[in-house]
This record gives sequence, structure tokens and C-alpha cells, in this order.
Amino acid sequence: MGWYIGRRLLQMVPVFFGATLLIYALVFLLPGDPILALFGERPASPAAVAELRERYNLDEPFIVQYLLFIKGIFTLDFGESFSGRPVIEQLAEAFPVTIKLALIALAIEAVFGIAFGFLAGLRRGGLFDSTVLFLSLVVIGIPVFVLGFTAQYLFGVKWGVVDPTVGGDPTFAELLLPGAVLGALSFAYVLRLTRNSVAEALSADHVRTATAKGLGRPRVVTVHVLRNSLIPVVTFLGADLGALMGGALVTEGIFNVPGVGRLLYQAVIRSEGPTVVSVVTVLVLVYLLANLVVDLLYAVLDPRIRYV
Amino acid sequence: MSSFEKDDEQSGSRRVGLVSRGPVITRRAGLAGLLGAAAVTTLAACGGSEEEGSGGTEGGGSGGDVIANGTEPQNPLVPTSTNEVGGGRLLDSLWAGLVYYQADGSPQNDVAESIESADAQNYTITIKPDQTFSDGTPVTAQSFVDAWNYGALGTNAQLSSYFFEPIQGFEDVQAEPPVAQTMSGLQVVDDTTFTVALTQPESDFPLRLGYSAFYPLPASAFDDMAAFGESPIGNGPYKLAAPDAWQHNVRIDFVPNETYTGPRQAQNDSLAFVFYETYDAAYADLQSGNLDVIDNIPPSALATFQDDLGERAVNQPAAVFQSFTIPQNLPHFSGEEGKLRRQAISHAIDRAQVCETVFQDTRTPAKDFTSPVIDGYSETVPGSEVLAYDPEEAKRLWAEADAISPYTGTFTIAYNSDGGHQEWVDATAAYIRQTLGIQAEGAPYPTFAALRTDVTNRTITGAFRTGWQADYPGLYNFLAPIYATGAGSNDGDYSNPEFDALLNQAAAQTDAAASNELLQQAQTILFEDLPAIPLWYSNVTGGSSEAASDVQFGWNSVPLYYQITKS
Repeated sequence: MGWYIGRRLLQMVPVFFGATLLIYALVFLLPGDPILALFGERPASPAAVAELRERYNLDEPFIVQYLLFIKGIFTLDFGESFSGRPVIEQLAEAFPVTIKLALIALAIEAVFGIAFGFLAGLRRGGLFDSTVLFLSLVVIGIPVFVLGFTAQYLFGVKWGVVDPTVGGDPTFAELLLPGAVLGALSFAYVLRLTRNSVAEALSADHVRTATAKGLGRPRVVTVHVLRNSLIPVVTFLGADLGALMGGALVTEGIFNVPGVGRLLYQAVIRSEGPTVVSVVTVLVLVYLLANLVVDLLYAVLDPRIRYV
Repeated sequence: MSSFEKDDEQSGSRRVGLVSRGPVITRRAGLAGLLGAAAVTTLAACGGSEEEGSGGTEGGGSGGDVIANGTEPQNPLVPTSTNEVGGGRLLDSLWAGLVYYQADGSPQNDVAESIESADAQNYTITIKPDQTFSDGTPVTAQSFVDAWNYGALGTNAQLSSYFFEPIQGFEDVQAEPPVAQTMSGLQVVDDTTFTVALTQPESDFPLRLGYSAFYPLPASAFDDMAAFGESPIGNGPYKLAAPDAWQHNVRIDFVPNETYTGPRQAQNDSLAFVFYETYDAAYADLQSGNLDVIDNIPPSALATFQDDLGERAVNQPAAVFQSFTIPQNLPHFSGEEGKLRRQAISHAIDRAQVCETVFQDTRTPAKDFTSPVIDGYSETVPGSEVLAYDPEEAKRLWAEADAISPYTGTFTIAYNSDGGHQEWVDATAAYIRQTLGIQAEGAPYPTFAALRTDVTNRTITGAFRTGWQADYPGLYNFLAPIYATGAGSNDGDYSNPEFDALLNQAAAQTDAAASNELLQQAQTILFEDLPAIPLWYSNVTGGSSEAASDVQFGWNSVPLYYQITKS
């Protein structure tokens, strides 16, 4: 087990370098001069432009810029954005908010997705099953911004149940609505995955055996059916955590959540290489770690799987 | 700089339209020395009474806690390094300059006692005694001179350094490396007096002094400018509620500054700016009463906001001029042929129709090259008939040009597609196509930076969208920086000696009316040459909550926050 984890962690090293190099190159290739853009349409003073280029290493060739950035990372110096603020400070502000939001979304989609999917799977073809399947299809069909604006308008503006926007230092309750919107699409997927998986497991040999042994139905469906059906669902949820964090851009915009999406979007617009690469690198690491956790969870769900 | 032409800005980011709050006063060439009539200017307009526009209460009325929308400042809160509206609105509340602008754009003295000049070139500025920063240290002549020198020094890389270009010695501090640390044109006489020597007459120099680049700095700022930019100390109507009141990307909280004795007394108990990424979110907050004033309506609500807000809706022309520039070196667009083609294109566009259908009447069709909110504006400048929609005349002029040299190729209008410009560019190109029977289309650039790079390097191969948001309310500010020969923002490389001469004469006038008269004559030349095709003025669209009252928008489309009260 320890060896396995160690090996997986080592594998992240090349991924880290590859991802940072690739993203740095992409930002570098963005059209336009970010320093000139700082001055807008007004004349840029040559002295100021030269000074700023030097300050952000933009006068160096690409590979030198990249190596300087990597060198900084090893001393925990992620560079500065054009506003003069250390990138690491901005990461420290934005990530906790987005992690909170993503976890809430994940919890909502996991709890409701699995519960509804489980019930639908048990009564395949029934009224509940058909209704839930239809509704989940509707959710999948609606773009997230439509869902977000509608929810914001109804709950926030029209009925006044919650504040339409979130703002800084959000509490759990404040993030409930954005979390539900963010998790809605995955909720539908989780529901359908669970439902199919459960329906399939119901006719599996080990389930029939368990029933034949005389186990009560509650024990059969929870331990023998549900636990076995969860493997594809857990895989999906693990991969989804990364997607939720990186994909929170639209939801964060609608509900004015000062998270990673906003940070990344503004950094891309301003061609701030160090900020973009730092944010994406952390997202890549989160994704890799989430996948590792998923793989380890397989062993918990299915005793036949062992890691050596 | 984010200038935002605010409508562009869909995310609090720099979605700059082409318009930005930024350095402005440049006339590298063209405005050669001139010795205007040597009259004494005492900027009578600036001698305003102290209590005007204020209830007279010292530091803070009982007007409640006002919440306004804002965007995360893109730069530290240092006056000379801020050139975008997100930081600018904060600076204007935290600082008091020598003059300030009333809602109609007319200047009034704030910290200045008097600004005098005999020749529009050498100014003696006297400030009121006993002014202090919010930390109790005195505001002296030195505070201004040091701040301006800091802003001008090339190695400090301040985004607004160009504001100091007219001052003598600017070239020395901008040299690489600088050959001087301070500008020779600034001299401190005593605690309350300093002199400014310009390189040439600039009659509207006093008018510019209300812009944030000219704010003073306390001595403590120079010890650690980075720390100061995080937690600034000004001399204006407000101060930070706490040293760490700026919560990045979230909000910033101000309380009235009780040491401020000037005319812009805060009428509310506190003022907070909540930073939004989108105006949609801000508008939802306004509707639910969580926000008291919004200074831009999102596109999604433009069709409904006047009904939603009723009398609380604001939709009025602003000091933002929109156009597209046709470079002088574009084939078929120079000389006599070029004049005809430019006029034909201008006649081919139905501006009123585009304003109505594309912008839901949140633009006002242009009648000149400036803005209706500027003193001296006229709807009937001779030559402005060229802006009328007249397809027949357009066809006739185009045919006349074709007789000189037949037109080939596609007429393109470049724009940045991250700023919501596609609709109007497409509509405008369609008018040109249909009226003149030529190929015309939009040429999208992915980002503002990409467009600017091609424009700055003169590698652009067609017309391109341009806009201008004034930094100070003067006609001259709309003309000289863009159309004077060699001016810093003259992206089309327009040059007309007659036009330059009129600008120079206007700059040397000490009487505002006489100066404006000359500038209108200069505009007549522009209507003839059409270096850019005027399109429309952006309106300021905004509104306020039911709880807020005394909401008034300033000439620069930013609400006068200090006046707002809340029940």
C-alpha cells in the first residue's frame, strides 16, 4: 500500500513539469502585449514599459521565463500578478472558497444522486424511476448559466429567500444555492449511473446467493447491491471534484463568489503567466490526488482489489 | 486601465473597451511654442465657496451605510499607478485634489486656494492652510510636488506618468536611465505655495488637476509604496474603515474622514464598495436591496431596467465618445479620394437605428467628436451634417471617389471580441455594404491586448474601433490627444497643420469661451477630413435602490458617492 502510494506520487512529478511547461507556453503564445494593454488606449511611457517588462521577466526568452518561474516555485515564490500582489497570497484567498463550494456541490450530488438513483434502480421501470430519469434528462439539457440565473432570480430576487450573491468569507448556508447549481449536472449523471448499476447488480449471482442464503432484503440491497454498485459512481465523483473546481467559473460569476474561477479568468484576460500557471498547477494536483483517493477507495468497496 | 467603456465590461476585469482612464495629455509634436496673449488667469471658475454642494456637516452625516458596486482595483491604490475606473472611484473618495469636478463637470477648488498664471504656461498654486491627511500629517506644497515627481520618474513605472509630460524636466526623469530624479518645472515656494513651469502654454492645465494622478501623498508613503498601496492614506472625504479594510476581490469599507474640511463632505455614515465580477450579479443585488447604487446595467437587463427601477433608473449621455478610425495610409483612403470615401461611409451609417436596435437606446448618436456633457459642446458644429444618414449622398460621394480610382478589396472594421462589440460592428458593416455595394465586414481580435498591439505597431490593415473616455471635462481632451500630429493616441497617424494650429491657439487662450470657439473651428476641419468616423456617445446607465436618495452621477459616469443618503 505504501509503495503503491509512493509510486503514484512520484508519477505526479513529470505530470507537474509537463503541465506547467505546456500552460506557460500557452499563456506566452496568447496574442498581444500584456504590458501595453495595461496602459489601455493611452500612450505608454517607454521608460515605464521597459521597467515593467524587466520586473515581470517579460524581456527574457520564453524558456528563461519558465525556468525563473520554476525556480521561484521551489522557494515558494509564485511570482507577482500585474497588480503587484504575490500570486501565492491570491491562491490562499481563492482556493479555500472554491474548495468549500466544490465540496458542497460534491456532497449534494453524491447524497441526492446516490439516494435517488438507488431507489430508482430498485424499482426499475416504475413510476418513480421513469419520473426521475426524465427529470435528470431535463437537468442535463439545461446549460448551467440558465440554471444559475433562474435559481438566483427566483430564490434571490423574487422570493428573497437568500441573498442573490455570496461575497467574501462565505458561510455554508450561503454556498448552498451556488453549490446546488454547480452540482446539478453531475447530480443527474450520478443518479443515472447509480440507477443502472443498482439495477444490474440486483440480478447478479452474488445477490441471488445472498437472498437464497436467507438474508433480509434490507441487508441484501444495502451491503450486497449498493456497495458493489458504487465503484463506477466513486470513479465519477473523484474525477468530478477536479472538474467542479476548475469548472466553477460560470457559477462563481453568477453568484459573485471570489474563487478560483474568477482569479483564473482575470489572469488569462491579462496574460499573467505566473498566476495562470500557478492556479492550473494546483488544479492539476487536486485532480491527481482525487484520482489517487478514488483508486484507494476501490479497495474499500471491493475486497478483491488489493494494492501492493 | 480598465477603462472600461463601462458597457464593455462584463466581468470586473479589464475588458477594456478601447477607452480608458489613463494618461492623456500628450502632444509630442505639433503644439509648438506659442506666445499667447499674456493675460492673468485666476481660474475664476475654481474659486468656489467651501460649503457648496454640501450640507456643511463635518465628517459624516446621518445618511446611513451606503453600499455601491465596484470592481477589484487592478493596481495598488496609489494615485499615479491607477488608470482604471475600479481603482479610480476609490481614489476619488479617499483623496482630495487641488480641484474637483461638480456633476456637470465644472471645476471647483478643493485643496487649492488659487491657481494663477499670467501666460497659461507658468502657474503658481496656493493651497489652503491647515489641511491634513487622515493620519493627521499636514498636506503641504511638498506633498503635491513629491507625489508628482514620484509619478513621473520612469523607474517607478507608474501607469499615469504621461500626465506629467507637459511639465518642464519630464524628459529627464523619463530617460533610461533617468538623468534627474525630480522635474525642474516643480518648485516649492513655501508650505502652501508651489510653482509649475510647463514646456508650452496649456490653458486647460488647471482643469486637469482634479484627475487622480495629481493627488498629493503623505511623506510616509515613500517609505514603502507597496504597503501604502494596500492601505492608503489620503486627504479626501473618506478614509479606510481599518488599515486592512481592503478585502481583495470582495469589498472595501470607507468611513468619513473627520479631518477633511473641503466641499465634498460625506453625507452618509459609511461607504462600502462590493466588488463584482459581473454586472448581472450586481443588478440582482440591487433588485433585492443588497446594493444601493449601481453604475452600469448589464446587457441582460437593458431592455427592462427602466421599467424595473422607474424613477430610480439613470440613462444619460456620458463623456465617452465612440468611433472607428480609418488609418491615413489605408489604400484608397488618403488625399481627395480618401476624403470622399470617408464622407460616403459616414453618410452610409444609420446611427440612430443602431443605437435603438443594438443598444436599446443606451447610446446617443454622435453629433461631434466630443461629448454632450462637456462645457462648450455644440450639436451644430459646421460640417457635422456629414453624420446624417443619407444613402443617396453616400452613393454619390463613393461614385465620385471611384472616378478618381476604382475601389477594390474588403473594408474591415477591427474590434476586440472580448468586449461585446460584435453586434454593432456587424450592423455598421452591413450598412456600409448595403449602401455602398462593397464588401465590408468586422475583423475580430480575440482580446483587447491583441487589438492594441496591432494598432500600436501600425500593423493593422483596415479600420478599427476606437473610443475615448475623457480624464477631465474639457473639449481639448477629446481632440488633442487623438488627432494632433504625432499625439500619443493618434493611432490613425492623422495630420493636418491647420487643425494643429487651431489647437495651439486654443491652448494659449486664457478665456475658456474663446478657447472653445477655436476648438469648434478645429472640429470643422475634422468633419472635413474624418480621421475617425464618429458613431455615438456611450450613455451612463445605472440606478439606485429604494432606500437610497440623492443619487447623482458625475460627468465621468461615476456616482457622487459622498452625496448619497439612505433611509
